[in-house]
Amino acid sequence: MSAPKTTGGFANRIKRMTDTNLLMSITIIVFILMYLCAVLFLREGFLKPQTLFNIMNANAALIILSCGMTLVMITGGIDISVGGVTALVSMCCAVYLDYHGGNVVVSMLIALGIGLAFGLVQGFLVAYLEIQPFIVTLAGMFFARGMTTIVNTNPFNVVNQSFVDLKETRITIPFLGSVNKKGVYVNAYIEIGVVVALLVVAVLFFTLKWTKTGRNFYAVGGNRQSALMLGINVKKTVFLSHLICGLLAGVGGFVYFMHVGSGSASHASGAEMNAIASSIIGGTMLTGGVGNIIGTLFGAMSLALIQNIVSSVGLDQAWWTGITIAGMLCLFLVIQSVIIAQRRKTGSKE
Amino acid sequence: MAAKPTTQDSFLSRLLHNQILIPLAALLLLAVFNLIADPSFFKISLGHNSNGDPVLSGYLITIIDYGSELAILAIGMTLVTAASGGQDISVGATIAISGSVLLRVLCGTDTRPEVLHSPIIVAFLVSLLAAMLCGAFNGALVAFFKIQPMVATLILFTAGRSIAAWVNNNELPMITEARFSYFGGYIPGIPIPTPFFIAILVFIATWALLKFTNLGLYVQSVGINEKTARLNGLNPEIIKLGTYVLLGVCVAVAGLIKVSRLSTINYSVIAKDIEMDAILAVALGGNALSGGKFNMSTSVLGAYVIQFLTTTLYKFDVQSDALSAYKAVVVIILVVISAPTVREKTSAFFRKLRTPDGAAKRG
Repeated sequence: MSAPKTTGGFANRIKRMTDTNLLMSITIIVFILMYLCAVLFLREGFLKPQTLFNIMNANAALIILSCGMTLVMITGGIDISVGGVTALVSMCCAVYLDYHGGNVVVSMLIALGIGLAFGLVQGFLVAYLEIQPFIVTLAGMFFARGMTTIVNTNPFNVVNQSFVDLKETRITIPFLGSVNKKGVYVNAYIEIGVVVALLVVAVLFFTLKWTKTGRNFYAVGGNRQSALMLGINVKKTVFLSHLICGLLAGVGGFVYFMHVGSGSASHASGAEMNAIASSIIGGTMLTGGVGNIIGTLFGAMSLALIQNIVSSVGLDQAWWTGITIAGMLCLFLVIQSVIIAQRRKTGSKE
Repeated sequence: MAAKPTTQDSFLSRLLHNQILIPLAALLLLAVFNLIADPSFFKISLGHNSNGDPVLSGYLITIIDYGSELAILAIGMTLVTAASGGQDISVGATIAISGSVLLRVLCGTDTRPEVLHSPIIVAFLVSLLAAMLCGAFNGALVAFFKIQPMVATLILFTAGRSIAAWVNNNELPMITEARFSYFGGYIPGIPIPTPFFIAILVFIATWALLKFTNLGLYVQSVGINEKTARLNGLNPEIIKLGTYVLLGVCVAVAGLIKVSRLSTINYSVIAKDIEMDAILAVALGGNALSGGKFNMSTSVLGAYVIQFLTTTLYKFDVQSDALSAYKAVVVIILVVISAPTVREKTSAFFRKLRTPDGAAKRG
């Protein structure tokens, strides 16, 4: 992973790239290489487009959570409560739908409300009381996990009819289906969650790229002092980033709930870790100011893909997943740290 | 003019008293609460365990028993916090690893050994090495790659329990040897639980280390200002790495106690959420979570106060899974109280209250 020095022009182009774009390109290249390797060595499954769609179906919630995480990380903070919020949202919605016979629209509002509440409180504590984001959101995570158990202890499947209908809704994609073992043509499909996830990605991408608020996030994360000098309301920006992240945790929680269709205290365990890992792999810097939503999308997909590869190679004992994710995260953290240090060094020489 | 030194003096003394005040006040609050709710909380009785040895029992004994591994972790966590301005959240997972290694060496490939494969001290040293390696890994990421401590330790936080399961092939070795259970239980003839003694031992050892080498001072100066520390000839990287390795030692000791209590291990449950308690102990001890000056003994006191809280909550039939919600509320209250902006506001508020008062007296 040393900096490519093949031709002068290419090397120059890399040098001129912003940190954000360089780290994002690495991620996209790694993702494509991994997928190509998977197709080459484990042909059957990975040749079908449906395999890719299945990965997306299973990880739509992760993509949404990672987007929120990226936003907070660009601003220079971190939010590790997202996994807990996801579990709390799915448990509350499940209890509301099954035990109180609620309808689906209200349960969506509940999900958004929970996310918003976490975002508001955590954002206030971090931005206006200037408490370390890690401590605040660590407490938030434990609070959410504890509350999930208080709401209901036992895991159960939701049988509410209108919810099951929503959960079973499939969006077929033309021309990408495949012929199954019986020789019948099966359409490729995605779940609603994927559409929501892609929508979130698109909206956040445009916001971050082309709106004033979006650029403020980068400015605050890059250098808080200069952002303040430029007249940016730093506290409000930090508050907003946590608010949006909380809200997206609510949305992600509902998408997760739509995918699994059950409530359980152990749901989404380690989701915060996966979301942070996706953001980091997608090229978001922990120090803030650098990051890209498209990179995050690819980061989340890379993470999901490597899990898929690990299990199809036959290492499907539970512990391999944890170890591979941690390994990948560690690798990317170190790469980032080294590349950025290298660029700073050469940059200062010139 | 003369008033100036006195205000400074009182401010200084207030600061000195402040740090031990927080855990003491919390302890007092909990004690009073328990005294009102149910005075039998403080009853200690002398009984006999299944081997016929005398043991003390009662809620207070439970607190000093189960609070001890937390206290040991709090010692290491205080140092890590002071030097690197961040916390190690992988301690629970590292306890799982060191416990798993300990059992692996003790049992070999046999899950129910009749005789131990190796002496306990050898197994402990190997697990100590494993825990120190984990600490060194975290420390290297923090010190050399300049990754935020909590994110760097997030790696082992996720992978740790998986690694622990992998060390023993996901089997759950069981140890029947009575001697092994002394570390987490009672030594025959002594009615006070052993973990308490181990905690005291670790505390004295660390205190001596900090006192007789300059490590304590170095850790503080690195935590207060890394650049200045470097200009004064210290090597901040090595000192940070050292604190993480020291935390590894604490983790190994805590792991020994944890495994010894059960004579077996459960990878996903052992020392669960203990990182939260350890960080809470440091915060409750009045130490700044952003590094710098530290006080180990208040952290240790904080650890026992947290165990007091946990035991109290258990006594009122709070489910173990729901405990974290209550503790999270306590953490939030604590950090809000100790937040600089809040302190400024409240002190300004009190000053405003006092000024017209003082003016009236003078008049």
